[in-house]
Amino acid sequence: MSFSIGEREIVALAGESGSGKSTIARLLARVYQPTSGEVYFAQSEEDPGTPLSAMRSRRARLRYSSEVPMVFQDPFASINPVFRVSHGVLRSLKLHRPELSAKERQAEAARVFEVVGLGAAMLERYPHELSGGQRQRVGFAQALAGRARLILADEPVSMLDVSIRIGLLNLMASLRDTMGVSILYITHDIASARYVADRLIVMYAGQIAESGPIEEVLADPRHPYTQLLVSAVPDPRAALSVGGETDTGEPPKVIDPTPGCRFRFRCPIAIDPCATVTPELTGTGAREVACHVAQSGAEVKAFTS
Amino acid sequence: MLEVSGLSVDYVLDRADVRAVDNVSFTVGRGEFLGIVGESGCGKSTLLFAIAQLLAPPARIAAGSVTFKGSNLVGLTDGQLSAVRWRDMSVVMQSAMNALNPVKSIGAQYRDVMRAHGKTSRDEIAARSAEVLRMVGIDRAHLRSFPHQLSGGMRQRAMIAMALLFTPDLVIMDEPTSALDVVAQRSLMVQIKELQRLLGFAVVFVTHDMSLVSHFSDRLMVMYAGQVAELGATRRVFDDPLHPYTRGLLEAFPSIRGPRVPLKGIPGSPPDLSVIPTGCRFHPRCPVVYEPCPEVAPELVDSEGTLVRCLRYTEEGASRDERAAASSRPPDQAFQDWRGAVQADPARRRRREL
Repeated sequence: MSFSIGEREIVALAGESGSGKSTIARLLARVYQPTSGEVYFAQSEEDPGTPLSAMRSRRARLRYSSEVPMVFQDPFASINPVFRVSHGVLRSLKLHRPELSAKERQAEAARVFEVVGLGAAMLERYPHELSGGQRQRVGFAQALAGRARLILADEPVSMLDVSIRIGLLNLMASLRDTMGVSILYITHDIASARYVADRLIVMYAGQIAESGPIEEVLADPRHPYTQLLVSAVPDPRAALSVGGETDTGEPPKVIDPTPGCRFRFRCPIAIDPCATVTPELTGTGAREVACHVAQSGAEVKAFTS
Repeated sequence: MLEVSGLSVDYVLDRADVRAVDNVSFTVGRGEFLGIVGESGCGKSTLLFAIAQLLAPPARIAAGSVTFKGSNLVGLTDGQLSAVRWRDMSVVMQSAMNALNPVKSIGAQYRDVMRAHGKTSRDEIAARSAEVLRMVGIDRAHLRSFPHQLSGGMRQRAMIAMALLFTPDLVIMDEPTSALDVVAQRSLMVQIKELQRLLGFAVVFVTHDMSLVSHFSDRLMVMYAGQVAELGATRRVFDDPLHPYTRGLLEAFPSIRGPRVPLKGIPGSPPDLSVIPTGCRFHPRCPVVYEPCPEVAPELVDSEGTLVRCLRYTEEGASRDERAAASSRPPDQAFQDWRGAVQADPARRRRREL
C-alpha cells in the first residue's frame, strides 16, 4: 500500500473488518514494524524527512509519538479508571513537554480540555463519571496535549450513541479547521466519513481498492467493492432498493495470497485477467482505482445503490 | 400474539431502586416486525430481557404483564417457561462470539438445544440442524466447525439458525448486527427479512441504529429514558417524526446522498436513570422546550395513529396542524417553526415523490 496524508486533511480509511485498517494505524503508530516499505513523516520540499525505521534515538521516537498520537475505539477501555481524567493528559505533558512547569502543565491541560469542549472542571472527574462521548473527548484532549499534527483515530465514534457521534465528528472537523491537525479517520461508516473527511481510501483484503476525494468517490464509485460498500449503507431517507445484487460473499483470507484480484470471488463482473493478474492502483489526477474492468475504460456497474 | 402491558422493570440497588423500564405497553402481531430504537441506557435491552423472562437480580419486573399467545409469562417458573422458550419464542443475542460456546462445535450446540427442549432422535436432530443452517446460507459442513472458525457474519447467522430450530412464532433480537460491518449487516438484514417471509415468525428487533431498521420494520418504537417516546408505523415515523427526540435522532445521521449539511446531533447526553429529570424526561435536551415541560410529565397520546409522549400533542381534539397554529397554545414560534421545518424537509419531500 502507498498513500499519503496531507497537512490539514482528514483522510477516511474504510473497509470491512479484517481488511487491515487498524493494522495501518498501528504501523503508523509504530506499534508494528512493516515487513517491507517505509513510512515518512513531515516531509517538505526541502526536507524529504526521515523514514520511521531510521528513527533510532529515544528523543526522535518520543517526538514522533507525541506528534502522531492515537485515539482508540473504546473510550471505556482506553482511560485508566482509577485516576482522574487529568492524569493521562498531565502524564503525557510531562513526558512530551518536559520544559513545562507543573503549573504550566495544569494550564495546558485546562486549555486542551477547553478545546475539545469539556471545560477545565472536568479535569478533576473520574472516568466513570463521564459519558462515552465525554471520554472520547478526553482521548482527543490527550492527543492534543502532545501538540499533535496527525491523529490516528481508529473508529473513534463507533461505540458512541448516535446522538453523540455528530458532536465528536464536528470536533474532528474543527480541529482540522482551527488547529490545522490532520486526522486518519478509520471507520466502516461511510456516511460519517463523508461528513468529515476530505479524502477516502477504501481498503479490501489488505490492499487499496480505490481512493480519491470523498465526494467524487461516493458520487461515482469505480471499484466494485466501493459500489458494494456504498449500496449497503442504510439510508432512511431513500426508498429501499432491494433486488439487484445482494452480496453473500465472505471476506477473503489473506494468508499466502495468490495473484489476481482479491475481490474476484465476490465480484459479479470479474473478467479473465482478474484471476491471474493483481490489479495495480492507477488513475488520473487524485482518483485511483485497482480494478481491471475500470482500467479498461469500461463502465463498472457491479452493485447499484 | 405478544402483548406487553404496563411493564416496569426495577434494578434493586442498595441506595434506591432504579426504574430502567417504565410502564411500557405495546403489542406485536403474528408475523410482524417491530423495531425498538434508543440510546444506551434507555432500557431497550432490559425490556427485551423482561419479555423473554431472562432478567436476573438485581433486575426484577415491578409491574405489568407479558402475554404471549394468551398466557402471562410474568411469574412463571423456569420449568413452565422452558415449554415456551425456543419452541415458541427464541432470542438472538448481541455478540455471537460471546453467546456461542467456544469449545463446542456448532452442531453440538444445536444438539444441546434440541435435546433440552424434548427432541431426542439423533437423525431428526441432524436433519433439522442441517436444514436451519441451509436456510441461513451456510454449508452443513460447518456443523462440525467451532465458532472461531467462522467469520463474524457467519457466526451471527449460525445464531439466527439456532433460534429457528423449532420454528418459533416470535424471535427476539438484541442488536444482532452491531458487531458487523455495513455490507455484512445489510446482507444479514435482508436474510432475516426473507426468513421471516418464509416462516412467518414475528420479530422484535432492538437496535441503536435507527437507519438500520428503516426499511425492514413494520412499526417502530422509540425509547427514551425507560419510556416509550414514540410508537408508530415505521415509514410514518421516518417521514413525519412527532417527538423532538425522534427528530433529533434522525438528524444525527449524516447521509451518504444529497448535500453535505452541518448537523448538530442532540445536545447533552441521555439521563442517568437514577436521577431522572422532572416533568418530561427529554426536556433538558429538547430544542422546542416550553414552560410546562420541566413540571408536567407527558402521557403517551395518540396523534393520528402514532403514539407520542410530548406535551405539545396533549391537547385533545385538535389535529396537529391546527394545534400548531392555534392561539390557545402559548405563543411559541419555536415549535411552529420546528414543525414547519419537519414538514418541509427536502429529503422527506423527495421520498414522497419517489
